[in-house]
Amino acid sequence: MNKTGAHFSALCAAITLVEGCSYGVLNPKGPVGADEKVILFDATATMLTVVIPVIVCTLAFAWWFRARNPRAERRPDWQYSGRIEFVTWCIPAMIILFLGGMTWIGSHDLDPHKALRSAVRPVEIEVVSLDWKWLFIYPQERIATVNELVIPVNAPVHFTLTSGSVMNSFFIPQLGSQIYTMAGMVTQLNLLASTAGTYPGLSAQFSGDGFSDMRFDLKAVPEEEYRAWLISTHTNTEQLNAARYEKLAGPSHHDEPTTFGQVTPGLFDRIVTSPGLAIGSAPTSARIGGRSP
Amino acid sequence: MFGKLTLDAIPLNEPIPLATVCFLIVGIVGILSLVTWKGWWPYLWREWITSTDHKRIGVMYVILALVMLLRGFADAIMMRAQLALAAGHAAGYLPPAHYNQIFSAHGTIMIFFVAMAFVIGLMNFVLPLQLGARDVAFPVLNSVGFWLTAAGVLLINVSLGVGEFARTGWLAYPPLSELAYSPGVGVDYYLWSLQISGLGTLLSGINLTTTILKLRAPGMSYGRMPVFCWTALASNLLIVAAFPILTATFSMLLLDRYLGFHFFTNDGGGNPMMYINLIWGWGHPEVYILILPAFGVFSEVISTFAGKPLFGYRSMVMATMAICVLSFMVWLHHFFTMGAGANVNAFFGIATMIIAVPTGVKVFNWLFTMYGGSIRFSAPVHWAIGFMITFVIGGMTGVLMAIPPADFVLHNSLFLIAHFHNVIIGGVLFGVMAGYTYWFPKAFGFKLHEGLGKAVFWCWFVGFYLAFMPLYALGLMGATRRMQHYANPTWQPLMIVALGGAVIILFGILLTIVQLVVSIRSRERRRDLTGDPWNGRTLEWSISSPPPVWNFALLPTVSGPDAFWNAKRHPGTPGAAPPLVSLFVPKHSALGFFLAFFSVIFGFSMIWHIWWLAIVGLLGAITVSLRHAWQTELEDTISVATIDDHERFHHSQVARA
Amino acid sequence: MNTIVDVESAEMSAGVPLSEWGPAPARVVSAFGFWLFLLSDIIVFSALFAAYAVLSGQTNGGPSAIELFDKRHVLYETSCLLASSFTCGMMMIATDRREVALTYFSALVTAALGIAFLRMEFSEFAQMVHQGAGPTRSAFLSSFFTLVGMHGAHVTVGIAWLIVMMAQVGTLGFRPMVVRRIVSFSLFWHALDIVWIGVFTVVYLGAFS
Repeated sequence: MNKTGAHFSALCAAITLVEGCSYGVLNPKGPVGADEKVILFDATATMLTVVIPVIVCTLAFAWWFRARNPRAERRPDWQYSGRIEFVTWCIPAMIILFLGGMTWIGSHDLDPHKALRSAVRPVEIEVVSLDWKWLFIYPQERIATVNELVIPVNAPVHFTLTSGSVMNSFFIPQLGSQIYTMAGMVTQLNLLASTAGTYPGLSAQFSGDGFSDMRFDLKAVPEEEYRAWLISTHTNTEQLNAARYEKLAGPSHHDEPTTFGQVTPGLFDRIVTSPGLAIGSAPTSARIGGRSP
Repeated sequence: MFGKLTLDAIPLNEPIPLATVCFLIVGIVGILSLVTWKGWWPYLWREWITSTDHKRIGVMYVILALVMLLRGFADAIMMRAQLALAAGHAAGYLPPAHYNQIFSAHGTIMIFFVAMAFVIGLMNFVLPLQLGARDVAFPVLNSVGFWLTAAGVLLINVSLGVGEFARTGWLAYPPLSELAYSPGVGVDYYLWSLQISGLGTLLSGINLTTTILKLRAPGMSYGRMPVFCWTALASNLLIVAAFPILTATFSMLLLDRYLGFHFFTNDGGGNPMMYINLIWGWGHPEVYILILPAFGVFSEVISTFAGKPLFGYRSMVMATMAICVLSFMVWLHHFFTMGAGANVNAFFGIATMIIAVPTGVKVFNWLFTMYGGSIRFSAPVHWAIGFMITFVIGGMTGVLMAIPPADFVLHNSLFLIAHFHNVIIGGVLFGVMAGYTYWFPKAFGFKLHEGLGKAVFWCWFVGFYLAFMPLYALGLMGATRRMQHYANPTWQPLMIVALGGAVIILFGILLTIVQLVVSIRSRERRRDLTGDPWNGRTLEWSISSPPPVWNFALLPTVSGPDAFWNAKRHPGTPGAAPPLVSLFVPKHSALGFFLAFFSVIFGFSMIWHIWWLAIVGLLGAITVSLRHAWQTELEDTISVATIDDHERFHHSQVARA
Repeated sequence: MNTIVDVESAEMSAGVPLSEWGPAPARVVSAFGFWLFLLSDIIVFSALFAAYAVLSGQTNGGPSAIELFDKRHVLYETSCLLASSFTCGMMMIATDRREVALTYFSALVTAALGIAFLRMEFSEFAQMVHQGAGPTRSAFLSSFFTLVGMHGAHVTVGIAWLIVMMAQVGTLGFRPMVVRRIVSFSLFWHALDIVWIGVFTVVYLGAFS
């Protein structure tokens, strides 16, 4: 009876792995996501070397030492063995030592703040999470979009993020790491798309009634197409100034992708220093990296 | 006059809450009418509602937990149904405002009023019996703690019919939970309900810690205590150390909401990140508060049904206390993605993994307890084996997410949801169900139906895997938590499988009710006449089932671990026992019930800003406390004759077996 | 409870370790439980201290600590509180000796000193609010008022408790139940002193450094 349970779970696990391979986190399209996927697999494989024998032993011992088995050797007073204790403390300790090293190295290599190594100049994008949409400002090109992100393929992108309302989390599963966005604070993220394509993005931190609609598409396109897109966006007459931003910041669902051909310089910094519904309060100092100074 | 409360607060145009509330009212009125008609009030009042007996209070906690399991699970199945429907352009049947309340209520109820209540109930019932004590350290406070928890339960259920519940998730992160973004009463219901029940939990933690440290039977040094008592000690120390953080943090949020303070607001210099740090400073120890007693249950069950002492007692104890201490050093792993930087993230990631070491040691020790044993596959053993398989998978995914770069792609996804349900269901729920089945005969004098018990297990086991393995897959596919609908229609088949799993678990829950009814009706066939139905090893099996009010006529003198097992193998010479004396047991007390009554009034008034009524509640609570302070007759005497009769009867039953 | 009071001395002379003596007498159990409660209360204060430490710089363009606090005022408050701990100690000695008059007298002085402390604290708060430096002005002020105010609330509850205890001594005498409660009260009162030393150091001295 118990073996059926184990076979069933193994089947479920297999289905899980096969299904997951086709999209999302297990199908990364950038170096950050790719490195993270390697960590997922390596860590899981390492732990399975203990987990699978433990599960097998559980079933095997339970079955072999069942009361009705005449062949099993009973040791009703056996309750201590120094050797076994030594091994049972060592095995988890060694696994954790190994994974700990992976943790230290991985945390530093894949720190969201860390700029990606590339010969190409990074694209700067400022991200503001609002209720319930995403505003992307391209400060160098002085354009902005809502719920649509276009980047050139193979160019590192440096995101600077904040929130115009509550906490959210900026996440494009196929490119890798997510990072929280918080009002009055600035977080950083570095990503790169190595293959052209359209990748879904979302908020991964619950932010209210319109949360499920905070979806956007990231389009990674060849360099020429990116330039063409920039030029055509500049011709757009929509302007994103403080007043327009106030309107945009009000609660709304299902926002269609919009573009703004002009953005007031320094708008992002103003959003950071006057967060949320702070009507009439004096500006506070911006906090970098999600940390207090 | 009534603050913010108007008739609009009743959800007359929302069919689901309205139907639920009507059903609940009919049910409650029905039960109250039945009790009145049968004339059971005096008995219920004297023997249960005002009881200060830890055994009765433990049973009431478990009943509360099982009832709230129904509510929490109803929320769960509604969520699964919504997600099975709302693929692509479909909107499902629950609009976001409702869905958000449902998942917030689901988490809050399951953690605070199912898991905590069940675990505290089991510890309450079992600890004095295993320690050879006559009751807990503070019996009246025990009753107060229970009733304050019940007050929290009442408030949270009232939110269904009067007003709304929080729409913030079960931890209510600001700024979303601040007045600017949650202006309604929902977050206030959440905060007051948990402040009141949190006080009850803290009192329980103080009570049980003192019991374990100060009321053990003569001869029972720490090294001779059952492992369940060690895990309970660790859990209760964590309660005393961690729950005050919750109280303080919620107080700060309440001050923000009620008096315009700026602890966590976006403006005025408030810092929402601080809330997250504080709340998880409570939240991480909380999950260890839940799991450690479950580990203790499994230690008792595996060793009893294998007929062997627990393997590696010392290292089990060391592992337990190591987990207790380490649980305070890992809280940041709940928000690696908040941007703390590589050094901080790596430190907390490594600390989290270090906890896996003592946990792994425990699993190995259970394995070697089974090795060389003679295992009887009772229902509790099913739960134990199911736990050992399931929990290690959940632990593995936990250690996986403890690696910050892995967490960066899995944080807040359905993978996370699958992980914590994996460890909470596979660990805590399986543990409390094993404990429920194992100690039921001690509490009520008859065993539960075995076959149905095994069926309940299989429903939970199969249902769990069907419900949550798809969620691991979905998380890897990029599905986040708390979505009310999703764009990618290829996710729908997995959501439907998950709903199937939830339905199977539903059968398991219904079978639990059936098992109870069937067992009660056929209890004569299943009587536990000797008090030792499982050939147990610890002191609770040395007394009758159910035990007398005073537990032990004579306090046992303990000379080694597994005290009862040793006593059975080396019975002492008859006639060597000291003479019986009359005993004092705590009188029943209405303090707990009335304090809870006034807390509900206070909480409800604060939620709706009915200030004069809040003062009434406060004054009422103070008045009953003062009345209690002047009670001088706090104990009843049990005569030697009563004790002697009971002891003779019990010994004759044991001799006959 | 059902234990014999003398068992302690019997087991002490037998060399039996304390962990094996069996259930402790009621006065030990009661004090120990109250200690645990005090520890939990100190953790509440720790969380408030942590909040203060994080938010003390967040003045939102408003007044900061050094502009608001008055050293002498704090000195007087501290003196009252520390003196009241001394008189509380006197009360404990009087209770031990079952001397009713001295118990009442030291309780009265303790309460009076506590009330003096509260009056000074209240006037400090009132003045700050009047100046526009109330708790809603900034995160720093929110955390200040909460930390110091929480301590003041505890002192208030303590004084109320002391009055109740004196009423109990008057009506019930020095029975064991009443004495246990007085012991718990004195633990509470001393703990509040310790917390005040923390407040005084972190909040007031911290501002002046």
